[in-house]
Amino acid sequence: MIRVQNITKSFGAVQAVRDVSFEAPDGKITGLLGPNGAGKSTTLRVLYTVIKPDSGSANIDGVDVVTDSLEARRRVGALPHGAGLYQHLTARENIAYYATLAGVPKSEIDGRVEKVIDELEIIEFADRQTKGFSQGQRTKVALARSLVHDPHNVILDEPTSGLDVTATRSLRDIIRKLKSNGRCVLFSSHIMQEVAALCDDIVIISHGKVAIQGTTERILERTGTNDLEDAFVAAIRRVEPVA
Amino acid sequence: MKTILTVIRKEVLDNFRDRRTLLTAVIMGPLFGPLLFAVMINLSIEKSLSAGERTLEVPVIGAELAPNLVRFLESKSINAIDGPETIDEAIEAVKSGEQSVVVRIVPEFGEQLANAEPATVEVYSDEADNDARKEARRVRSALGEYSQGISALRLMARGVSPQVLRAINIDEVDVSTPSGRSGLLLGMMSYFFIFAMLIGGMYLAIDSTAGERERGSLEPLLSLPVTRDQLMLGKILASCVFMALSLALSIVAFAIAISYLPLQKLGMTPNFGPVAAVGAFFILAPFMLLGASMMTLVASFTKSYKEAQTWVSAVLFAPTLPIIVVSILQVRPAFELMFVPSLSQHLLLVDMVKNEPVVLENIVASAVSTLLLGGLFAWIAAKLYRREGLLG
Repeated sequence: MIRVQNITKSFGAVQAVRDVSFEAPDGKITGLLGPNGAGKSTTLRVLYTVIKPDSGSANIDGVDVVTDSLEARRRVGALPHGAGLYQHLTARENIAYYATLAGVPKSEIDGRVEKVIDELEIIEFADRQTKGFSQGQRTKVALARSLVHDPHNVILDEPTSGLDVTATRSLRDIIRKLKSNGRCVLFSSHIMQEVAALCDDIVIISHGKVAIQGTTERILERTGTNDLEDAFVAAIRRVEPVA
Repeated sequence: MKTILTVIRKEVLDNFRDRRTLLTAVIMGPLFGPLLFAVMINLSIEKSLSAGERTLEVPVIGAELAPNLVRFLESKSINAIDGPETIDEAIEAVKSGEQSVVVRIVPEFGEQLANAEPATVEVYSDEADNDARKEARRVRSALGEYSQGISALRLMARGVSPQVLRAINIDEVDVSTPSGRSGLLLGMMSYFFIFAMLIGGMYLAIDSTAGERERGSLEPLLSLPVTRDQLMLGKILASCVFMALSLALSIVAFAIAISYLPLQKLGMTPNFGPVAAVGAFFILAPFMLLGASMMTLVASFTKSYKEAQTWVSAVLFAPTLPIIVVSILQVRPAFELMFVPSLSQHLLLVDMVKNEPVVLENIVASAVSTLLLGGLFAWIAAKLYRREGLLG
């Protein structure tokens, strides 16, 4: 369960996030939808605690991301946008490294690594050095290593970008599987169809502000449209800064 | 602690598989110094041997006027040959470097000698040229000897003992030990060791900071339930592992090179056996933490791998400055100097190689102060690692 309350974050003169609040409940997939530069990544970065909000608060399973960031990180598996692997390590070694750092007991590491390799269908390339992996393979390994400590909350920043159709589909299946395990999945995308196909709840962000949030049906209802694309455009227009 | 060890193990494994990093650490750093050293020593041996023993060929104008003098010079391995005929030609030949030394015996030489007047012999040489100066000195000292011989004969002919002319007898006693002399030349080896050490850890320091950020593997790493201090410390210590490897290889290579070099010919007996090699390792070891922290600190400031490379290369030369200054000023090891990293290691190492007693307090002062400074740099690096700007 992820809860965000009124967070604000500026980089210099640029206000990346302005007063954003939303909730991502357990057992559901929550989609953070918005155009490029809307503040999605910044919001997610605050949640996996690599940056601190200027004001407002956020918590993971009730653990504050600022005051108890270490514990918050323990409850989160994060896949940042464009996450890189260690090229000279094999996929398995990459995953095992994260497992050890995340505090998985030594006796359980092999089993856990094996389990995510199996779940994410990595076995074919698990023992190759990751140099030269395709984008799809890289994403799978990066996701596997962020899931290896079995986090209850999963944060994915544009996980499907750069993936081909098959890879995207297989990733969607994985995300659905995470949800059916009762996890809280929060993922961002600027592709509406993807969010529509996958998410239970949608939070549309534009210019650092939440434009609208709710289930697909609710959003269609509130924007008075019958097409998510129209709803998206309508919602974004609401927060467009007055020129 | 477990986290730090995990990071060290991963960084070492990762970089061991990176051919460039490995080659730099085990080949370039450790072998560059000893090789260069061997070449320099060999050159200097050749030079000093040739200067003393080689037969000099010196054009003598008017050789026929002084056959006895020419014969005497020959006995001193200085052969008179044909060359320039006039003063102008002589000057020209020396100026152009065609001849190092030209001797001219003036036409009145025989007459002056017969009249017991000072007979003139002119020596033309370019004193700005090191080699020419050495050869001219040999010619002059041979001429001086000849002159003394004749003076002695003249005094005896007048019933005066040649001893009269020697009011003072100068006895030179050179107290510099053979290994003392070698210390000067071996002084530069401390720089090679420090250089090899830094080079060995350089790529790891860059890879684990700027490289990690450029690859996009930093952000997921920071989202793990570990503190940034632990990550940073692990990375710095991983650099230390590579630096230790480089240093050890470099010392071994050096010890081997030295045992093959004909240093005795230069009057050197450097103390660089197995015990000294181990001693050298421990004298230099405290510098690892400082070097690794410095490089990591600089690399984490930069935005890309390339930029980091540029800046870290600059760091490689920082430790040489104190060594150069001291080599020029010829400073003796003093307790205060033990608080200057790189310099203290250099001074201790030189003393050890010169077979001079190394004071224990100095070793402790050097190690403690260098480690403290290293710790400070590591702390600053860790502090900087907590900044958000790190993600770039």
